Amino acid sequence: MSNQQHDWTIEAKSSLFDLKLNEVWAYRDLLGLLVRRDFVSFYKQTILGPLWFFIQPLFTTIIFTFIFGNLAGISTDGLPKPLFYMAGITAWNYFADCLTKTSTVFKDNANIFGKVYFPRLIMPLSIVVSNLVRFGVQMILFMMMVAYYHFVIGAQFSFTWAIALFPVIVILMALLGLGTGMIISAMTTKYRDLAFLVTFGVQLLMYATTVIYPLSTALEKYPAYAWIIEYNPMTPIIETFRYGFLGEGSFGWVSLGYTTGVTLALLIFGVVIFNKVERNFVDTV
Amino acid sequence: MSNIAIKVENLSKAYQLGQIGTGTISRDLERWYARVRGKEDPFLRIGETNDRSSKGTSDVVWSLKDINFEIEQGDAVGIIGRNGAGKSTLLKILSKVTAPTTGKITGKGRIASLLEVGTGFHPELSGRENIFLNGAILGMRKKEIQRKLEEIVDFAGIERYLDTPVKRYSSGMYVRLAFAVAAHLESEILIVDEVLAVGDAEFQKKCLGKMGEVSKGEGRTVLFVSHNMVSIKQLCNKGLLLTNGTASNYNEIPIIINDYLNQNKNISRLDLVPVKNRIIDVLSILLKNSYNIETSEISVLEPWSVTIYFQVNEEIRGLVCAVGIVSLTGIALKTTWHEPSDLKKGKYAVTFFEENSHYATGTYLVHVGLSKNKENIQFIEDAIQFEIVIGNAQLNKSKLDYSVNTGILIDQMKSTLKTND
Repeated sequence: MSNQQHDWTIEAKSSLFDLKLNEVWAYRDLLGLLVRRDFVSFYKQTILGPLWFFIQPLFTTIIFTFIFGNLAGISTDGLPKPLFYMAGITAWNYFADCLTKTSTVFKDNANIFGKVYFPRLIMPLSIVVSNLVRFGVQMILFMMMVAYYHFVIGAQFSFTWAIALFPVIVILMALLGLGTGMIISAMTTKYRDLAFLVTFGVQLLMYATTVIYPLSTALEKYPAYAWIIEYNPMTPIIETFRYGFLGEGSFGWVSLGYTTGVTLALLIFGVVIFNKVERNFVDTV
Repeated sequence: MSNIAIKVENLSKAYQLGQIGTGTISRDLERWYARVRGKEDPFLRIGETNDRSSKGTSDVVWSLKDINFEIEQGDAVGIIGRNGAGKSTLLKILSKVTAPTTGKITGKGRIASLLEVGTGFHPELSGRENIFLNGAILGMRKKEIQRKLEEIVDFAGIERYLDTPVKRYSSGMYVRLAFAVAAHLESEILIVDEVLAVGDAEFQKKCLGKMGEVSKGEGRTVLFVSHNMVSIKQLCNKGLLLTNGTASNYNEIPIIINDYLNQNKNISRLDLVPVKNRIIDVLSILLKNSYNIETSEISVLEPWSVTIYFQVNEEIRGLVCAVGIVSLTGIALKTTWHEPSDLKKGKYAVTFFEENSHYATGTYLVHVGLSKNKENIQFIEDAIQFEIVIGNAQLNKSKLDYSVNTGILIDQMKSTLKTND
């Protein structure tokens, strides 16, 4: 028999920085199973199955090429238009999916959360990982496009050393989406208004990120307002992504460092506020 | 005292009543400001006990207030109380779904809580996939589930459908599978909320058997909430009686059941406070005997009536008022309703007359429900209670014993008696 009096405690207040990461680790199998559930249930009873992962970025690229590339004539830094847009869309979608899905995590899982306890952090983490699968599939599509333009069409572009930063920017996108999403999710349990703002806000934010135009053009045309784009932590990520894979884009260590700083700050704040709300959200949701 | 499994100290939980939304930001700021100055939370201070039938003066209600008790390892504890006494809240806090407002619980051993069966089941996934998913949600590791898979499938009796999506399962199979997963969780403490109300009789028996086995055979601690006194008596050795959010007693189960039954006498009337923004508000519910006198004691075979007074706040079409009668042990006996009606704004009273009362002696609960198009508007469980007693008429017919306990209904069947030589 152990001489310990008790091995768990439930208290009214918990320490702000008790993030229960060891519990999250103990439930790691659940994380895997949730990701599997998301993936399997996504294409069950569909004809095209996982092909749907391709269709959305493909069509968005076609439409962007037509509207922003041809109709509006926005510069793409000399890159083939579809490649330029697809690079932006693929990266942006991952961030946006992580953000929007995480931001409704309490509402979407109110049923489960209200009935059984497990470290709540597992849910947003599973969202980020599920989306990573989707992102991976879309990266395959992107690489196929790259290969097509390089070998068949013979367009002028090349990989740069910055491609080595790919894992870093994926993690940054995931954590940025996760952190922001968790902050919003924690606040939406009380103030539902924010939920409406998210879908709309993410759309607006895309236009403040260099998805459909290169940073260089923005700096050149609107020098007075370009700071909005520059201070947007997603901009350096997308610029680095393009620079790495297509050889064009404004890459800078300072801007990437800035993004890392913002990401970590949002993430820590997000986890703390999420853990705080998680304890009582069942009563207010 | 190292064999205490759960120790609850000064546990309280406050809920905010009414709508949460407008004004919460300013209220939150006010609370935050009070906290910064080291003052008490201005919205908790005015809390009062959880008595839903009396009008409150504040928006905060204490669902649980200063609960203290200790559960020893291996005890099977039945948690009993009227609706709204705080049973569910206590279970929710124990299973860490929500945090207490004040107080502390310490304990030893892994907790498995079954507030609902099949939490997290995904309809598209197969039985096998759901066993793993549900098991993991309940806190099992993959290996552990793998090891128990056969046992779980066997207990649920679904071998043939293991790889079929659970959305094609019958509701009985679904529940069986869900309970099977939970029942095979290796935990020192098992918390169960009335999940046994589902499934067929045979399966309910199996569940109770399994729970008995868990507590008596394996020496695990079980906490069980139910309205069904029969199963509580069968399963538990200790009981906790909650009354309006306070623990009125913790003792051996027969004592607790007795307390509960005594507590519940003479509730012939329920008055409710209208809530903002509701289409209809039930104002009061009361029981009358055949002489039109408000009472909670009705003689055997004497007619009685239930009247529901309610107010319609905006014109409604197709309103259905219904009444259900349930025995104290939790057996549902009767459902009756008034024809759907179209009502204008105003106050109304609907009365149900039981002209042929067949109930045997004992205590009965009355549930009241208002609905429209099969959708609930207001459902008041356990609104009033009454007791069927032996009246003068029966006492005089001394050749018959009306206090029989072979049935809930005293209803004479057509019977014949002939010589059979």
